[in-house]
Amino acid sequence: MTDAQLKEMVFRGLRQIAPEADPTLLLPDENIRGALDVDSYDFLQFLIAISEETGVEIPEADYQKVFTLAGLFAYLSAALAKKPS
Amino acid sequence: MGEFCMPSLGADMEAGTLVEWMVKPGDRVRRGDIIATVETQKGLFEVENYENGVVQELLVQAGTEVPVGTVLARLSSEGMAPPAAPSVPGPAVAVAVPAATEPAVKPAPEVPPLPPVSAPKRVPISPSARKLAAELGVELGAIRGGGPHGAIERADVERAAQEKKAAVQAPGPPAAEKPHPVDYQSGMRQAIAAAMSRSNREIPHYYLETTIDMSAALRFLEGENLKRSIKDRILPAVLLLKAVARALAQTPELNGFWIDNRHQVQESVNLGFAISLRQGGLIAPAIHNVDLLSLDELMAATRDLITRTRSGHLRSSEMTDATITVTNLGDLGVDTVYGVIYPPQVALVGFGRISERPWAENGMLGVRRVVTATLSADHRATDGHRGSLFLEALNRHLQNPEQL
Repeated sequence: MTDAQLKEMVFRGLRQIAPEADPTLLLPDENIRGALDVDSYDFLQFLIAISEETGVEIPEADYQKVFTLAGLFAYLSAALAKKPS
Repeated sequence: MGEFCMPSLGADMEAGTLVEWMVKPGDRVRRGDIIATVETQKGLFEVENYENGVVQELLVQAGTEVPVGTVLARLSSEGMAPPAAPSVPGPAVAVAVPAATEPAVKPAPEVPPLPPVSAPKRVPISPSARKLAAELGVELGAIRGGGPHGAIERADVERAAQEKKAAVQAPGPPAAEKPHPVDYQSGMRQAIAAAMSRSNREIPHYYLETTIDMSAALRFLEGENLKRSIKDRILPAVLLLKAVARALAQTPELNGFWIDNRHQVQESVNLGFAISLRQGGLIAPAIHNVDLLSLDELMAATRDLITRTRSGHLRSSEMTDATITVTNLGDLGVDTVYGVIYPPQVALVGFGRISERPWAENGMLGVRRVVTATLSADHRATDGHRGSLFLEALNRHLQNPEQL
């Protein structure tokens, strides 16, 4: 998965849970949940959607690493690089 | 012979629009079947039937808005032969949802209907004209009766149907299949305003709060979630709901209604779970019998409820059966929430954000993850002592999460 595809997938997932917001306007270090008004239930749905598309299941202990776009992209890129394709 | 009335889907509902019939005359229906969808200021709901029987007659056509209590359809009791002619209509404003005969099984959701804005006009109408009106989809109120004493006859119905057809065809773009009120948001605000004003007017609230150490509960949950795939993970909110249900077993007085100056404690623990809608507003549908569900079942029930709340497929019983409400507002940041009770319930439990705070215990100062739990309760039904016993029990259950 290229960086562009990864980005597109994440934005698609965010549009699912926050249809009225534009995720492309998020700053890299902004807290996603706070900025898009996403509750814990919706955030979990978002992570489930990501795991379905990438096979990466983010454990709860790592949640604080993926609260921002920058953190999330870094986390997913690293996890995907480790996975045999 | 039974009547199926426009139900009151909560203390804030005055009228509803019948959007679609899911049954037709002659259909056999059972208790719990979805027989119609109804639209209120809060959205679309699937309305369940309350008795077994056979649909005799649909009295209100899809697309019609009627006050709560209006008879929508007649059902004959099971096995009874259909009567030759429809009986004389009963009083327009009936109890919204028939009181249950077995309170142990099903709490009587007698949300006292607010006085209807206007009672539907009763005009004399011949049985065959009524039937024709139903078939042609003409609202009875829209028909000018040409018979003696303004009675409506078949010819009047036919004329009204023609006029309606012309009116529908004339203006603008083709109408959507289902009627949709334009502005949910203002409707939603009106509905909330009505219920909350009534609560503030009628219910003498008292408030209690306590801070609960969540370390044990969250450690337990993290261990449990490690064993699960991401799809089956349990959210902390589910632990909180379960602990509320457990604590209510010790203080059942908080689980019930205040109706007609009487405190009605309910046996079933049906937690109204406040769900805020992205487009604005709030709905608190019930999760039934939370005390009897395992954590996995409760997570599944919560997921199902949130999904259906957002897609507009809530059932009428979910709008009427809540015996207490839980709000987890802290999920998005605040530490404490002092809730307004949803009448006719007698209590509301609020949870703030789970956050790290300094915590003193056994002469030691440390940092713990804690949550502030509040209880808003109706002082007519209970006293502060009872309320504090509830919060103590809630704390106790959250310190022993493996038993939840």
